[in-house]
Amino acid sequence: MADRQPADNEVDPLTGTATTGHDWDGIRELNTPLPRWWLNIFYATIIWSIGYWIAYPAWPLISSTTKGVLGYATRLAVEEELAVLKAQRTTQSADLAGAALDQIKADPALLRIAMAQGKAAFGDNCVACHGLGGAGSKGFPNLNDDDWLWGGTLAAIQTTLQHGVRVTTDNETRTSLMPAFGRDGILKRNEINAVANHVRILAGQPAEPKADLEAGSRIFEQNCAVCHGAQGKGNQELGAPNLTDAITLFGNDLASLTETITNSRNGVMPAWGERLDATTIKALTVYVHSLGGGQ
Amino acid sequence: MSNVDIPATPRRSLWSKHKFFETNSIILIIGVLLVISIGGLVEIAPLFYLQNTIEKVEGMRPYTPLELAGRAIYVREGCYLCHSQMIRPLRDEVERYGHYSLAAESMYDKPFQWGSKRTGPDLARVGGKYSDDWQARHLGDPRSLVPQSIMPGYPFLTNTELSYDDIAAELKANRSGGVPYSDEMIERAMDDLRAQATPDHPGQSAFEKRYPKAQARDFDGNPKRISEADALIAYLQMLGTLVDFKLYNDKANIR
Repeated sequence: MADRQPADNEVDPLTGTATTGHDWDGIRELNTPLPRWWLNIFYATIIWSIGYWIAYPAWPLISSTTKGVLGYATRLAVEEELAVLKAQRTTQSADLAGAALDQIKADPALLRIAMAQGKAAFGDNCVACHGLGGAGSKGFPNLNDDDWLWGGTLAAIQTTLQHGVRVTTDNETRTSLMPAFGRDGILKRNEINAVANHVRILAGQPAEPKADLEAGSRIFEQNCAVCHGAQGKGNQELGAPNLTDAITLFGNDLASLTETITNSRNGVMPAWGERLDATTIKALTVYVHSLGGGQ
Repeated sequence: MSNVDIPATPRRSLWSKHKFFETNSIILIIGVLLVISIGGLVEIAPLFYLQNTIEKVEGMRPYTPLELAGRAIYVREGCYLCHSQMIRPLRDEVERYGHYSLAAESMYDKPFQWGSKRTGPDLARVGGKYSDDWQARHLGDPRSLVPQSIMPGYPFLTNTELSYDDIAAELKANRSGGVPYSDEMIERAMDDLRAQATPDHPGQSAFEKRYPKAQARDFDGNPKRISEADALIAYLQMLGTLVDFKLYNDKANIR
């Protein structure tokens, strides 16, 4: 293997291209130049970048960067886009913001807009708990029926949406606390069993044959009737569910009832007024009201 | 092998100087390192001193011990592989998730959890969006609440006692990374953790003084025990809630 002086201009006789001058055991490397078109694009991008530096924020200085003559800023751009969106919505939903809820309900044009906006907001915010079709699941109410905990009128639904249920940071939130009768030692285990059986009877379900229904009825009157009513019909002022229908949030089999009475259940719904604007809340109110049980 | 000597060209243009790098690998490596470090200096270093990239916002506080423990579980379970914590300043993201994230909102994240993949939704502002009850059940069995979900269940979190013997050391480690935990916070870390997760704990008022706007309650539905779910839900319920965007001036902070 002979070392050779590199020669820049040695030309390969076959291709007519200069070689790099390297010689590896007789094999030489062609020094094919970059294609002109490629090289020209490369130079063009360098020139383009200079224009870019002038137009957009680019070079870091002492305390800020060069601003660029176009005045572009990411945050400004998103602010502007949101402003355009808001303007679009304002024209589309003309009087949605100013209209009262029953006006929206009565006016087909407004109703259409509210329903469209409500459906989108429902998808983003509500389906995680209440389900895609609003059918809910254990602990999260079905919105398709007319069995309301806190009222099913437009105004009641709006209040619930705005302020949520048992939200500690909202002063106007829907709130009530069912005691944990077992955990807090208010009722003994056999008393809980008796009253659970009484609730089964109220809901039209069979009770256990051995159940002390007389005691159950007495305990219900002393402990439960104040919120759920003597007949167990519930009270929407207190969010106390109607116990006489077949619709139940946490189950009305004996085990679920015993758990509910022992440890209590206090579902929480976020106060959406903290997250959504007033028009969206209105649209959601109309949408939820229309799901099937609006009063 | 040809032995013909061809004399080197006397004239070498500037454009052929790259040959010097291409034929000397050590010089090439040094050149590459030099170019990359210039790139780093120009692109990264200024972010540490430029006024308009260092934004201070009201409301940020270090994580409470319970939240910090929850955050460790978030990292341990690899939540960041499917969930980002970064709302980009784009219209559609702001519409869906809320105000775009500010750099300062992850100032106490060591390391940050911005993530780069969204198999699930962004979690930067998930705090308060769902109830504790929902979080506990959803973590245990996501499809019981969201039938179309592909998230795996983590039912063991509610059954696993949180191990927090080393929580004070964890605060200390964060302090050495620049998180302003006071001596008192480190000393009371264990009590603060218990106070936040236990309803009616006597240490709660002292805890709330140390960590303003912290939420203290039972998070996982079992007040008798501090589980891993307690910690994780406390962390999730805090995400994105510290800065009050009703007070944040968007117009003054255009940059």
